[in-house]
Amino acid sequence: MKTFVNKRPPIPGIATASTTDLPVLLPTAGWLAQRAQRDRLEGTWRLELKLWHGVLLVILFLLFAGIAEAQSQAEPDKGPLATLFRWIPVLLWKNGNGFVLNLTISFLAMAIGTVAGMALGLAQVSLLAPVRAGSWFTTQFFRNSPWLVLLFCIMLLLPFEIELGSTVFKIPDWTKATIGFSLPVMANLSEVVRGAVQSIPTGQWESAESLAFTRRQTMWMIILPQCFRRMIPPWMNWYAILTMATPLCSIMGVEESVRLAQDAMTAEDSRTELLGPFYVFLLIVFFIYCYPIARWTIALEKKYAVKI
Amino acid sequence: MNQQSGATETNAVAWTEDQPMVSLKDVHKSFGELKVLSGISFDVMKKEVICIIGPSGSGKSTLIRCINALNPIDKGSIKVEGQEVNDSKLDKLKLRKKVGMVFQQYNLFPHKTALGNIMMAPIHVLRQDKAAAEERAIKLIKKVRLEGKENTYPGELSGGQQQRVAIARSLAMNPDVMLFDEITAALDPETVKEVLFTIQELAEDGMTCMLVTHEMGFARELADHIYFTDRGVIVEHGPPATFFKEAKDPRTQEFLSQIL
Repeated sequence: MKTFVNKRPPIPGIATASTTDLPVLLPTAGWLAQRAQRDRLEGTWRLELKLWHGVLLVILFLLFAGIAEAQSQAEPDKGPLATLFRWIPVLLWKNGNGFVLNLTISFLAMAIGTVAGMALGLAQVSLLAPVRAGSWFTTQFFRNSPWLVLLFCIMLLLPFEIELGSTVFKIPDWTKATIGFSLPVMANLSEVVRGAVQSIPTGQWESAESLAFTRRQTMWMIILPQCFRRMIPPWMNWYAILTMATPLCSIMGVEESVRLAQDAMTAEDSRTELLGPFYVFLLIVFFIYCYPIARWTIALEKKYAVKI
Repeated sequence: MNQQSGATETNAVAWTEDQPMVSLKDVHKSFGELKVLSGISFDVMKKEVICIIGPSGSGKSTLIRCINALNPIDKGSIKVEGQEVNDSKLDKLKLRKKVGMVFQQYNLFPHKTALGNIMMAPIHVLRQDKAAAEERAIKLIKKVRLEGKENTYPGELSGGQQQRVAIARSLAMNPDVMLFDEITAALDPETVKEVLFTIQELAEDGMTCMLVTHEMGFARELADHIYFTDRGVIVEHGPPATFFKEAKDPRTQEFLSQIL
């Protein structure tokens, strides 16, 4: 009796039991699904901070500092590193300016942008066509304008003081900058809200409707609580992007960290060897603040991607 | 104008239990070019259980969704307890308090526990106080045999369990009529039984039920009347005994021969 011997290895799924459901897509399926979910929610680019960015910055800093230190023929306490250390309180926190002002602007702009973006996003899913159209246009307008141009416009359009009766309210530059930053944040968060609301299955609306919930109740008690979780990662992403954009207002003379670094270097006779250490130092400060946010965002994304 | 609205009001008041609870007359509905319902008429009396069967795309689900105004109709009349549904001034919320609906995909609220799902509408729509709503919700959980699952989230329940929570959620509104839209279609055969058992108990309690279903055995056992729809019209109808034995229309015969 002749026996047929198959020398080829068995094909999983045909000759033997399949070990996976989607063997062809499997290597990339998880990644693709996550990517699709993210794109749907954000509809825009995201912050991709990696640890090696930070390592690179530190290496750059040491390199610049080392070269600068070797080049400088000044007295020991006037070397670039010593100079930088002397200025650190000014760059970071003194008088509530410096990096602390960057953070203040980012908090406030985020707060305003979130409230306004929420309202604008909800208006984008309104049942009234004019409201929908108006909010869509507003969203697109501010989402697609360069941040710097928006900042200039706000700086020039807003008065530097407002008279109410006999009292005069001064509007400091950093307040105007905050408003300027909140506009693009508002528009981008409006898209996040719209995307999240529209990503909730229509079945949720229908079952709420057939339980006699009003549209407003459905939105606030059923749809938005489900959106909330989905909105946290893109919201944090936009916060990190905003924080990194705050130095833009240094051009307008707001005394945040980059502006003060420039002023400090001017005060130190504009020595060229200071440029490297000062700027890379600021990059490292921003990295230390934003990197954990970026990591946390990714962790939350992974956590929520599974549970939807 | 005033006289007319006065007339409809007296109509609504005049409804008594010996009149049809749900009454459809010449209902037409199309989605763009596609005609889905072309002249459907029938009555459902209180405590009656009716099943609507038919091939896919015959308009069964659309028909049942029109009854609680999830889909508006183009022409004809649907009356629920004498209240006209095809009316631009219809108080949809008032209608939906009377009509419960359960969907194929359960549609439970994933951010609320089983109990939370059931309590939500009574508290926020009927304005019941929380304790009373909770007490009733616990009773309903028992009724659908899910004791111990009160604080479980939908994501952790099986399909059949989710569907029973969905039924309890609808019942919590004390509806007069329940609509079931292919509620067992997404379930596996084992869990279908649990859900059908729940509906059987409901029917025995005297709930008026309208089911779109593919469960012929269930329809035969429980329905007072079966309607077979195809291409937007009722082709054949009757009580189960005659419907299954003496189907006359070739379309019904063909459908039954495929299913049974």
